[in-house]
Amino acid sequence: MRTTKRAHWHHLLIFIGPAVLIYSVFLALPLVDSLRLSLYSRVDGEVVFVGLQNFDKLLNNPFFSERFWGALKHNFAWFVLFMAIQNPVGLLLAALVSSPKLKGAAFYRTVIFTPTTMSIVIIGWAWTLMLNPLWGIVNDILNFFRLGAIIPSRGWLGSEDTALIVVILVGIWQYIGLPFVLFLASLTAIDEELIEAARVDGATGWSIFWRIKFPLILPTAGIVAILTFVGNFSAFDNVYVMQGSTAGPDYGTDLLGVFFYRTAFGTLGSVPDLYMGTTIATVMFGIILTGVLLYFFGIQQRLIRD
Amino acid sequence: MAVQVDAKQGYSAENLVPTKSWGQRISAIIPHLILIPYSLLALFPLFIIIVNSLKDRRDLFRTPYIPPLWFSFEDGFHFVYIFSSSGYQQVFERANVLLYFGNSIVVTSAALFLILLTGSMISFALSEYSFWGSRFLALYMALGIMIPIRLGTVSLIGIVRFLGLYNSLPALILVYAASGLPIAVFVLTEYMRQVPMELKDAARVDGASEYRILFTLVMPVIRPALATVLVFNMLPIWNGLWFPLTLAPNEKVRTVTLGLSAFAGQYKTDWTALLAALTLAMIPVLILYGIFSRQFISGLTRGAVK
Repeated sequence: MRTTKRAHWHHLLIFIGPAVLIYSVFLALPLVDSLRLSLYSRVDGEVVFVGLQNFDKLLNNPFFSERFWGALKHNFAWFVLFMAIQNPVGLLLAALVSSPKLKGAAFYRTVIFTPTTMSIVIIGWAWTLMLNPLWGIVNDILNFFRLGAIIPSRGWLGSEDTALIVVILVGIWQYIGLPFVLFLASLTAIDEELIEAARVDGATGWSIFWRIKFPLILPTAGIVAILTFVGNFSAFDNVYVMQGSTAGPDYGTDLLGVFFYRTAFGTLGSVPDLYMGTTIATVMFGIILTGVLLYFFGIQQRLIRD
Repeated sequence: MAVQVDAKQGYSAENLVPTKSWGQRISAIIPHLILIPYSLLALFPLFIIIVNSLKDRRDLFRTPYIPPLWFSFEDGFHFVYIFSSSGYQQVFERANVLLYFGNSIVVTSAALFLILLTGSMISFALSEYSFWGSRFLALYMALGIMIPIRLGTVSLIGIVRFLGLYNSLPALILVYAASGLPIAVFVLTEYMRQVPMELKDAARVDGASEYRILFTLVMPVIRPALATVLVFNMLPIWNGLWFPLTLAPNEKVRTVTLGLSAFAGQYKTDWTALLAALTLAMIPVLILYGIFSRQFISGLTRGAVK
C-alpha cells in the first residue's frame, strides 16, 4: 500500500515552486496568451479587440486563405506519407533488428538511428547539396540504377511536382529512427517464451509476427501515429532549411508551421503581422487538440481493450 | 511449409546439435539483404559530406566519391592525394565556431540541469505528499506533453522581452527547461512512486530532512529514469533551430545549429566552406553518439516502454 505524507507548506512551496514557475511563465502562459492575441488586431497603430475577425480573414480573404488551405493540404500530404512510408519501414527494420538470432543487431540499431541524432540544418543542407544537379550525387546514383529518366529538368527541389515529396522524403529518412526505436522497444519487451510456444505449435516467422507480435505492439503503433500527427504541425525546420521561409517553388512546400513563421515574423518583402500569426497558431492548436483528444478517447481505449 | 519444418528441426530430440539446413541459412541471410542496403542509405550522405569537406572545390566536383587519400591503378599503381583544408580555414575565418559551440554547450547543459533539478523536486512532491490540488497540478504539468510550445512563440517573445532576456542565453535555457519539464515530470513521478516507503521512512526516523531524502536517497535510486529524461531532451535542445531563430538570433548568442543555418545561407555557393561547416557541426554529435549509442538508445527505449 502506498501512503502519502502530509507536507509542510514551505516544503511544498520549495519543491513545486521552481518547476511551476518556469513551466507557467515560459510554456503555459505564452500558449494561453497566444490564443487571446488571436482576437486582437493592430488598427491604425492601436491594438484593438476584433473578435473572430482574424479567423474570418484567414478563411475568407484570398491573400490568407489560399496560403492556409495550401499549407494544410501539404501538412496532410506530410502526415499521409509519414504514415505510409516512415512508420511501416520503421516497423520492418525494428522487426528485423529485434530478432534474437540476428548477427550485428547492435551495429544496425546504432546506424539506423544515426541520422535522427543530427540537426535538421545539417541533414537539410546535406541533402540539398546532394540533390543539386551541379554536384549531381543523387542523379549519379539514379543513373547508376538506370533511373535517369525520372530526374526532373528543373532539379528535384526546383520543380513543383517533386519539391514537396523530396522534402518529405528527407524528413522521413531523418526521423525514421524514432518509430524504429519505439517499435524496437515494444518488440523486445515481448516475452520470448510466448514466441517459443508458438514456434513449437508450428507457427512460422511470418504468422508469429502478424498473429502474436503485431497485436501486442498495436498500442505503440497508436503512439507512433499520434506523435507523427503532432510532429507534422511542428514541422517547420525541414522546409525553412531546404526551401527558405517562402517555401518555394511558388509555395509548393509550404506547411502551416512555415506559414505561421512567415506571417508572424515576416520575410523578405512582407510585413510581419503578429496577430494573424497567433490566429494561425490558434488554428493549429485546435487541430492538434482535436487529434490528440480523438486519439485518447477513441483509438487508444479500443487498442487497450482489445 | 519448408520454413516450418526447418524451424522444428533445430529443436527436435534427434538433432541435439542443431544443423543448419539450406532453408535456415537463407532465412538467416534475408534480414541482412534489407539491413545492409538500408545502413548504406543511412550513412552514405554523412560519408559524402565528410569526405568532400576535405577537398578543394575542383576535386569535390570532379571526384566526389573517393576519399582525399586514395589509390589508382591507371598508369600503374599510385596514391591519389587530394586533401585540402581550405574549407575549414574559411569557416574558422568567417564564423565564430568556438563561440557557437560554447553557446550550445551552455544552453544544453544548463537547460538539462534545470529540467532534472526542478523536475525531480516537483515529482518528489507529487509522488510523496498528498495535498490539495495535487491531481490538478499533475494534469496541468502533463498538458505540455502534446502541445508544441512553439505555437506560443509570439507571446513568448513579448514575455522574454518584458523580462529583459531577449537575445540572451538564459531565454533559451528557460524556454527549453519549460518544454522539457512535462515529460520529465511524467517519467520521474512514475519511477519515484516505486521507491519503497520504508526506505524513506527509515531515513526520516534517523532525522533526515525532506531535501536530504530527495537528493541523497531517492535521486540515486532512480538514476535510470534521470538518464532517460536526459536522453529525451539532449538532442532536441542541442539541435533546436526555432527558438534560437526567434528568441536569440544575435551573433553573440548564436548556437551551433543557428550559426550553421546563418553561415550556410550566407555562403551557399561556397561549397568547400559549406561542406566544412556541415562536417564541423556533425562531428561532435557523431563522436558522442558513437561512444554512448548503447546507453543512449536504451535510455530512449526505457522511456518508450513506460
